[in-house]
Amino acid sequence: MTSGTPARSATERVVLDSSDIARALTRIAHEIIERNNGSAGLVLLGIPTRGADLARRLGERVLQADGRDDPAETLVGTLDITLHRDDLRRHPVRPIEPTTIPASGIDDKVVVLVDDVLFSGRTVRAALDAISDVGRPRAIQLAVLVDRGHRELPIRADYVGKNLPTAAAEHVRVRLAEVDGVDEVAIGRSTGEES
Amino acid sequence: MRHLLSAKDLSREEAVAILDTAATMAATQQREIKKLPPLRGKTVVNLFFEDSTRTRISFEAAAKRLSADVINFSAKGSSVSKGESLKDTAQTLQAMGADGVIIRHPASGAPFRLATSGWIDTPVINAGDGKHQHPTQALLDAYTMRRNLRGDDAIGSDLGGVRVLVVGDVLHSRVARSNVDLLHTLGATVTLVSPPTLLPVGVERWPCAVSYDLDGAIAQGADAIMMLRVQRERMSAAGGGFFPSPQEYSRKFGLDRNRLAALGPDALVMHPGPMNRGLEISAEAADSAQAVILEQVTNGVAVRMAVLYMLLGGSEGATGGTA
Repeated sequence: MTSGTPARSATERVVLDSSDIARALTRIAHEIIERNNGSAGLVLLGIPTRGADLARRLGERVLQADGRDDPAETLVGTLDITLHRDDLRRHPVRPIEPTTIPASGIDDKVVVLVDDVLFSGRTVRAALDAISDVGRPRAIQLAVLVDRGHRELPIRADYVGKNLPTAAAEHVRVRLAEVDGVDEVAIGRSTGEES
Repeated sequence: MRHLLSAKDLSREEAVAILDTAATMAATQQREIKKLPPLRGKTVVNLFFEDSTRTRISFEAAAKRLSADVINFSAKGSSVSKGESLKDTAQTLQAMGADGVIIRHPASGAPFRLATSGWIDTPVINAGDGKHQHPTQALLDAYTMRRNLRGDDAIGSDLGGVRVLVVGDVLHSRVARSNVDLLHTLGATVTLVSPPTLLPVGVERWPCAVSYDLDGAIAQGADAIMMLRVQRERMSAAGGGFFPSPQEYSRKFGLDRNRLAALGPDALVMHPGPMNRGLEISAEAADSAQAVILEQVTNGVAVRMAVLYMLLGGSEGATGGTA
């Protein structure tokens, strides 16, 4: 996970490269500002691991596009959802990731949840529960880099980097420079591992 | 890691993983809503064959904050006083649907027996057995030291290079045994300071140094000093032949004003509680700014939440997953 070289199997196909991801994030940042009439009262919460990195990148773009020079930490946080998962007891114990909330809190703010892939929707459901433990935002919106379909819950994204029609058996890999050493989204045949 | 029976069983990686999980648990306890859902629908039994208020309440709070149901069983006035065996008690609890058992017992080794005899198949957590082990106390002490001495860099780190003095009644103390084991695993240097009569046979084989001279040990420098309670209830009369008089014990091994000054303002003053003020620790030391005795209590809940989550939070029979 910490190695710099991505392990790409021969059957994988890259669907978004680094400049595609950068453009998608820039567009989403502008959509967030447009929809919320600016960036005041906004909090971006990323779901670890890669959602947190995407949230930080989005936050920097939002601040830049809105002409603010505040540090990203005033806008961006991370939200651990492990303790709220509905499949905890089906798996070995999962390590808990840190939750960091901007100092101003989330009460009466507009929270934009950020994740890499929207699939079944169960992660987002857990995140909604986790948020209600932290505070009561005015509204919650959802931004994802990839929406691959196959929802199992009535959840949809407000901001989507790319809609990616997939078969259930396929897997979608989001790789980010912060974790994987490279920016790309790849799609391939599942080998049992799922993101 | 299926059970938590002894601090000695923990590897460095497992211990650090528990401390890291405890840190995330502690962060959630700063919130207005402190309850978390991961053990919803699970039942945890506090099986206490020995009087204990703090440890039982701490475990109870930890389990409830994780949404588990808690059944408290104390031996007094129970079927045990009618002569029921540990095996029958444990199997009765299992039949009622317990998912985890926290046991305190006056007999050293009782938790090990419970975990390995095949009587029950739930995780067992040792909450203190005789003069043997009290692993969650050692974990909360290590957590308190790491948080105060490492600060923001605490996550993922051990206690390498930290110098700890453990002072007092080592003979009767499961806290001392557990701490020596865990602190050694985490890389700290431990010196036991005690009158020779209150040291157990075989202490020379423990992974620590031993001294009879508190002032000399303090003069060599320490990052934390842990004062053990003089366990009057385990001695015959006051002193009970282990030392001439409480006054003499206090003069030679108590943490008083002068020794507090000699330690310097950066050394942590710790005590597992309940304190005998004026005997092993003076009120000045207990109430000083460098005392973290109440923080130890707070951290105890977070550490026990971490242990409960790591033992009961995953699927049945799933092992590992602590890395």
